[in-house]
Amino acid sequence: MTIRQTIRRYMLENFLFTDADSELQDDASFLTQGIIDSVGALEITSFIEETFQIRVQESEMLPENLDSVNNLVAFVERKQAQPG
Amino acid sequence: MAQAPLRLLQDTLRRSAARLPEKTALVVGPHRLSYGELWHRSRRLARVLRQRGVCRGDRVAIFLDNTWECVVSLYASLLADAAFVVVNPQTKADKLAYILNDSGATVLVTDEHLQKTYLAAIAAAPTLQGVLVTGALPAVDDARLLPFQQELEAAAADQGRERAVSIDLASLIYTSGSTGEPKGVMHTHQSMLFALQSLVEYLRLEEDDCLLCVLPLAFDYGLYQLLMALHLGASLVLERSFTYPAQVFNAMEAEGVTVFPGVPTIFTMLLGAHERQPLRFDRVRRVTNTAAALPPSFNTRLREIFSSADIYRMYGLTECKRVSYLPPEQIEAKPESVGVAIPGTEVMVLDEEGRPVAPGVTGTLYVRGAHVMLGYWNQPELSAHMLKAGPLPGERMLCTHDLFTVDADGYLYFVGRSDDIIKSRGEKVSPVEVENILYAIPGVREAAVVGVADELLGQAVRAYVVLDDASSLVERQLRALCLERMENFMVPKEFRICASLPKGATGKIDKKALLRE
Repeated sequence: MTIRQTIRRYMLENFLFTDADSELQDDASFLTQGIIDSVGALEITSFIEETFQIRVQESEMLPENLDSVNNLVAFVERKQAQPG
Repeated sequence: MAQAPLRLLQDTLRRSAARLPEKTALVVGPHRLSYGELWHRSRRLARVLRQRGVCRGDRVAIFLDNTWECVVSLYASLLADAAFVVVNPQTKADKLAYILNDSGATVLVTDEHLQKTYLAAIAAAPTLQGVLVTGALPAVDDARLLPFQQELEAAAADQGRERAVSIDLASLIYTSGSTGEPKGVMHTHQSMLFALQSLVEYLRLEEDDCLLCVLPLAFDYGLYQLLMALHLGASLVLERSFTYPAQVFNAMEAEGVTVFPGVPTIFTMLLGAHERQPLRFDRVRRVTNTAAALPPSFNTRLREIFSSADIYRMYGLTECKRVSYLPPEQIEAKPESVGVAIPGTEVMVLDEEGRPVAPGVTGTLYVRGAHVMLGYWNQPELSAHMLKAGPLPGERMLCTHDLFTVDADGYLYFVGRSDDIIKSRGEKVSPVEVENILYAIPGVREAAVVGVADELLGQAVRAYVVLDDASSLVERQLRALCLERMENFMVPKEFRICASLPKGATGKIDKKALLRE
């Protein structure tokens, strides 16, 4: 599975509780669409840390990194490209 | 010349705008509004509201995230002699329709992102005359739909002087109750002005403060950050939520936030962030907590983050805004206490015969003061349950139905609630409301909802469900169905599908037995 597929499956499974792919647009803001609430970003952060073996800094807990499928994919790719 | 008196809630903004027209009142993401601009936009929108049929004594519903448009709509409603009703943007269509109809709102202000929800709700709200939408209008044929921005830009400032008087309603604040349906708590201009000045007094807030609000304005704790800031001529940094902490921290640094209001879930997240990467906000002078008790162990760690802040522990309910606060000087001496009555008010812990209890003995907490609500909108019986005859003829005092003890120095200690409301991440969750929604799902035969202790949430919502024999529902489907029908914070964190539920002698589900299992 690609990073995008993994993230989409996780979001659909854990926040939308559905297999229907059409329920989640890749550019939709999780916050604006009501997909996550105040503790949701913490869950997403733990998920990407474990799944992609990256470490998210506190200062990176920003919507531009975490608030849509597209943002998450780009963020994970950037983090993986960083040395160690 | 003597200062004009503060009679109506909007007089606070009127005064600050006259005094400090250039000063920044509001910072919301990229938007900065000065007092002058905020005042002018509010007056223009008041004119729009009047043109769209809002009359003295009407209600205006505001279904928006924490945006500048939300703030302008709130003051515009007051300037149009109406009461505002702020609805949490997480609210789903059925409940929004209920609130629109129950309040009898004349106009709804909402946003394009909430389109799916508001369209379904307004279809079921025939008395609504206008719907002002920030952002794009939907491609739907409903003459009530109007573009907020264009309407605001086209309008001249409202020239009329308000006709409302101080005992008129300023706001209906909907809150979950143990009966299942949300209730609109009626607050007058007088009760809100009184409450906000009492809060400002004990929090020792000043004009040079900069307040943070990450809580929804539909929640009175969030709302009063706005009301206090604009009353003082201070600044408010309005964030949509605490979901992305780094964004909030950046805004705090950039704007020099001095007042940090939170609920235990936010403080738990904050301490979690602090463990990942040490945080320091030396400019913060006040840290406040309410909605649920802050564990005493948090004090030391919060002081690492907020080295120069006083920490306030408080207790309250929407029905009187706030009941008590612990003076920060007492936080070491009385870490378990929620303190004393807020300035200008009185509290009593009474036994069943209405006599004050001795120190250490449990009783029911009663509240006297000008901050007590007028009652629940359209709910005389529920109002009578909460408002009891006071010492003076005709006086109503608030019976909180919460159990307290008081110590020899008169400090209050929360013992428990006498209803079964669950407090999860600082929000009130009515088990009956969740159960009613579960029962409406085809395939669900029985449902019981309880609160269980949870480190992050305070209490987590747990649902026990019995399914019809033919039903093949699984936990995930139940969760998805709940998400469509209730606010996220109400959705049970845990579902337990059972073959049967324990019953008491009357056939009622025995929740205590469930929790023992």
